[in-house]
Amino acid sequence: MAATAPAAASTRAAPAASPLLEAHAVEVELGGNTILDGVGIEVRAGEIVGLVGPNGAGKSTLLRAATGLVPLRGGEIRVGGDGLDGLARRELARRVAVVQQLPEAPATLRVRQLALLGRHPHLRLLARESSRDLAIAESALRQAGCGELAGRELGTLSGGERRRAFIARALAQQAPLLLLDEPTANLDAGAQHEVLELVADLARSGTGVLLVVHDLTLAIAYCDRLALLDRGRVAAAGAPADVITPELVGRLYGNSVTVMAHPQTGVPLVLPSRLGG
Amino acid sequence: MSRERVGARAAEGALNPIAGPAPLARGVELLRGCGPASAALALLVAVALLALTQGAAAIPPQTVLRVLLDALPLIEVDAHAPATWERIIVDIRLPRVIAAGLVGSALAYSGASYQGVFRNPLAGPFLLGVASGAALGAAIAIISPLRVDAYGFGWVPVFAFAGALVTVLLVYLLATGSGRLDNVTLILAGVALSAVFGAATAFILLTGGEEARPIFSFLFGGFNTASWERIAWAAPYLAVGAVFVAVYARTLNVLQLDEEQAAHLGVDVTRTKLIVLGAASLLAATAVAIAGVIGFVGLLVPHAVRLVFGGDHRRLLPLCALFGASFLIAVDTFARTVLAPQELPVGVMTALIGGPFFLWLLRTRRVEVN
Repeated sequence: MAATAPAAASTRAAPAASPLLEAHAVEVELGGNTILDGVGIEVRAGEIVGLVGPNGAGKSTLLRAATGLVPLRGGEIRVGGDGLDGLARRELARRVAVVQQLPEAPATLRVRQLALLGRHPHLRLLARESSRDLAIAESALRQAGCGELAGRELGTLSGGERRRAFIARALAQQAPLLLLDEPTANLDAGAQHEVLELVADLARSGTGVLLVVHDLTLAIAYCDRLALLDRGRVAAAGAPADVITPELVGRLYGNSVTVMAHPQTGVPLVLPSRLGG
Repeated sequence: MSRERVGARAAEGALNPIAGPAPLARGVELLRGCGPASAALALLVAVALLALTQGAAAIPPQTVLRVLLDALPLIEVDAHAPATWERIIVDIRLPRVIAAGLVGSALAYSGASYQGVFRNPLAGPFLLGVASGAALGAAIAIISPLRVDAYGFGWVPVFAFAGALVTVLLVYLLATGSGRLDNVTLILAGVALSAVFGAATAFILLTGGEEARPIFSFLFGGFNTASWERIAWAAPYLAVGAVFVAVYARTLNVLQLDEEQAAHLGVDVTRTKLIVLGAASLLAATAVAIAGVIGFVGLLVPHAVRLVFGGDHRRLLPLCALFGASFLIAVDTFARTVLAPQELPVGVMTALIGGPFFLWLLRTRRVEVN
């Protein structure tokens, strides 16, 4: 729209006004089933948008659609102002970094090598990593709290350390937008907060984050906005307290969970009903 | 372009306090990078020289060296050797050693490429059935009416390449039947196809009469048909295959992660796979066209190199080429001298070494394969 800079050069300097990720009326069909049916979502620089909803609501599919791994039946997705169709994979990888739910890597790969792979989209076919790439990877490792783990093999890490190593790989991409698919799954409570505090730090420094998260209380605690997906549609979107209401949670998750207000702050808390009495 | 890049790097080094004294650091890095490669190269030269001394006539190494120097254009050296020795070295042993080196390189290099694309340490031209597919292609070329007899080569590499490509695509389709690449099915499909193609090749050999006799040498690999002409025919195919894989060396590193992650890192996964599989199959097919089916080199060498020097394909691929050459030259020399004057097929030797190695791999690496 604004003819300020050529598209290729605008990876990091996307004007603050234009969202890092825009999805409009996105429809996705997989194997004859409609997975996403008219989903719209927006992520801007410096904010954490949480994607919540029951299993099978289409959260992960939306992430995959946002990186062009799933074809759209309808609607449009724009990343950094440009439609997915017009973006080469390499250029897309400089604009969006993704950490999937269960990323794989050889058990003997070292954490530092993994982080360096994050520089791939910035390197030409035959180029070697420069000292600048090495420095960026090191700082990504430190930022993700993996500084001490750099020399370790992935096979020797705990669940939380492994998650942070893959986040370091994503940070080394230096993309303005980060998509995280359940970064807290299978982590203990302490490690969950460690990872999410890291995400909050990233957002404070300007990264836009789209976060798929199952734990509604965590979603309320860390996200600026939430989108609640249900069977491929956005059932509610907005500030966490407006989305996580007793009615909606009851309807989507059944009677076994209940929403209560925090006694001091009034922030909604999602608790098992059997605790509520 | 490279000077430009060095300049850019020097500038980064100056700006970046972490990098330290740039020239010194780069020198150390260069040495470290060159170390294994120069060691592998030295080993290759030593093995090749030793191989040239071995045979019915034992020729001392210094004589071999003088004969080789004399054989080079523009260099005149008095070889102090009988003319028959010169003929033995230049016309008989040298082409054989070079052919064994090229085939060893091609098999190890293509093995490392297949293993990289399939993320499967057991993949290789032999176990994927690619070698048998290439041999069947070669057999069809030999009995086909369109044979253009270029030193017994002609259409052979082209048909072998077609056979190899068909095989690798079949194996790949069979292994991804469930939507996701299944590593066990991949190897099982390869072994099954290998048996079918081997039987078909044997059938052509047995029913094809006199014309089909050369096919025998494709079933049990060996280098007794090596000649300068064959090497000259095969070299361009090998060069093309090697260059195409080398260009994707760093991309293969990214593919060691899962395919979705590789795509997220900017890799065009399908295109990369097709190009690397095609190039690896060209290498494997050319190896078969030169020397027939020689098993396990593409499994054994990359594995050993990976264990010692790590899994970075930018280092792994060239080292596989060098060590693969040394390995097959050594094995072939052993195969032609141990029971002299009788010669063992080199494929029998590599199977004797590689079979137990494969079984050991199956036991120790089970977790990673599944």
